Amino acid sequence: MADVSVQNVTKTFGSLKALNDVTMHFPDGGFFALLGPSGSGKTTLLRAIAGFIFADSGSIHIGDQSVEHIPVEKRDIGMMFQNYALFPNMTVADNVGFGLRVRKVGAAEERRRVSEALELVQLGQLGDRKPHQLSGGQRQRVALARAIVTNPKVLLLDEPLSALDKSLRVDMQIELKRIQREIGITTIFVTHDQEEALTLSDKIGILRQGTMIQAGPPREVYNNPVDVFTAEFLGEANILTGQSGLALSSGGADIKLPHSATPQSTLAVRPENMSISISEPDGDEISKLPATLVRRIFAGAMATCVLKHNDNTFKVIARDQDIPDLPEGGEIWLSWKPEHTIVVPEGSVGFDPN
Amino acid sequence: MKNTYLVWAGKVWLGLILFFLYAPIIVMAFMSFNASQYYQLPFDFSLKWYEKLGQNTEILNAATRSILIALATTVIATILGTAASLALFRFEFRGKRFLQVMLFPPIAIPWLITGTAMLIFFYGVGLGRGTPSVLIGHVALALPYVIVVVSARLATFDPTLEEAARSMGADSWTVTRRVTLPWIASGIIAGALFAFAVSFDQFVVSYFLSEPGDSTLPVLIYTSIRKGFTPEINAISTIIIVISMAVMLFAARFSNFGGER
Repeated sequence: MADVSVQNVTKTFGSLKALNDVTMHFPDGGFFALLGPSGSGKTTLLRAIAGFIFADSGSIHIGDQSVEHIPVEKRDIGMMFQNYALFPNMTVADNVGFGLRVRKVGAAEERRRVSEALELVQLGQLGDRKPHQLSGGQRQRVALARAIVTNPKVLLLDEPLSALDKSLRVDMQIELKRIQREIGITTIFVTHDQEEALTLSDKIGILRQGTMIQAGPPREVYNNPVDVFTAEFLGEANILTGQSGLALSSGGADIKLPHSATPQSTLAVRPENMSISISEPDGDEISKLPATLVRRIFAGAMATCVLKHNDNTFKVIARDQDIPDLPEGGEIWLSWKPEHTIVVPEGSVGFDPN
Repeated sequence: MKNTYLVWAGKVWLGLILFFLYAPIIVMAFMSFNASQYYQLPFDFSLKWYEKLGQNTEILNAATRSILIALATTVIATILGTAASLALFRFEFRGKRFLQVMLFPPIAIPWLITGTAMLIFFYGVGLGRGTPSVLIGHVALALPYVIVVVSARLATFDPTLEEAARSMGADSWTVTRRVTLPWIASGIIAGALFAFAVSFDQFVVSYFLSEPGDSTLPVLIYTSIRKGFTPEINAISTIIIVISMAVMLFAARFSNFGGER
């Protein structure tokens, strides 16, 4: 077990800057998600840590060891791939035991550790099967057992859950977290699924166009996004910009500015923090604006409402029963508490107005 | 059934094709067991041409030489061809596309022309005619076949498997031996059998490159037919055909050209 430290890593492919001066620390035993849209560099960063890619500049440490010049096979990592990459010509047990055979641990020791690993992922009975005889979820577990059986210093996961269907994916998330806690291995997880990242990780790093925009515990990043991109990428956000013309007190709107904000600041409010009422809400502290209900989307326990104030569109997510019964096109009031107004810093790192 | 007529027509067509392909061979094989030297009927079963063949050291030496050259060609062309296929699969380099395209013309160019060119070349470099030239020529002819067949199999290989093996600590030789080669083994075997067949059945290039008195079996057969035909040739030809067919059937079983195993 070890921590991983990435410092000022830059990697260029031709004219494309895949990683631009990326720095992030992954403390020992934690579960980390690298999150970003496709092409953001998250997989490149994972592959640089794994050693499939060598950075142009900067340094990567696994534990105390600087690994810039160490090839994949000497880095002592475990890795799980998007398509599992199980060896089709080998049985489950031989797949899991591959890394042990390479390390020449001996047949008895290999058998013992393989069965231990298969027990851990709850596949104790399937050692003799071939990969093509397994379901998607089982292959996933074999791939996990294979990645951890050698007790690597760090476990790297490249969107391992993206091939599974929704319910299986949630099961595997819980399972992955349980196993990670049990063996306490430093785990770095690449995903484009923000919910997955928030659910699983102790710390997330958000990348965009090769730049690490923000890193921190999920709740902190969610509540204090450093820019509009992060606010909108991680969860959803209603963006209120002073400059874009949403007058803070015109057309019946009354938006209270937090202390840290100026009339030109960009403000964001999470859809779940806004509420809807038919009559104008009371209270000096409360921010409110009148709006038209454009659409109401029922989704079981929760419902999403799309609203319009002048030309600005807002989204509100609330318990279905908390939304007044109103036809589409009806006039309503939107309101939220002062603590739910997020001031999004201007000109923050990596923020690109396009 | 409206289709019955078509089905029958198809069967007759197939039968005719097979007849034209195999009738001459069957006649020849038949005659190798006939006692008459001049193909006279009635058929009189005899093994005397095979006995005569057994005493004909010239033919037997040529056959041994042919087999040895074919085996050497197989080993060399298979190793070089597999290595080349792996390189083409794994690496990006300048001119790769050009190289891949240039693999096909040697298969299409008439052997007569290839043979002439090789003869001129070997004289040019001072090697001249002889067994080394024959061997080099055969390897050159067999290589494209091996590369095409092995590459077709490699195209179905998922390179992530190599990355997975490396992440588990396997060096590149172990990765190749334990992960890549098992997957492409069927392609390698098929390629090896093609290489053997190309060399063993080779006449034109061998004829140009071999020295008199040092010829391979096909060349010897050709020259002896010109001197005067004896049913011994039928006997050795029958043996060659049986071996060739066995090899090709075996190859067909393994190749599938990139299909499922």
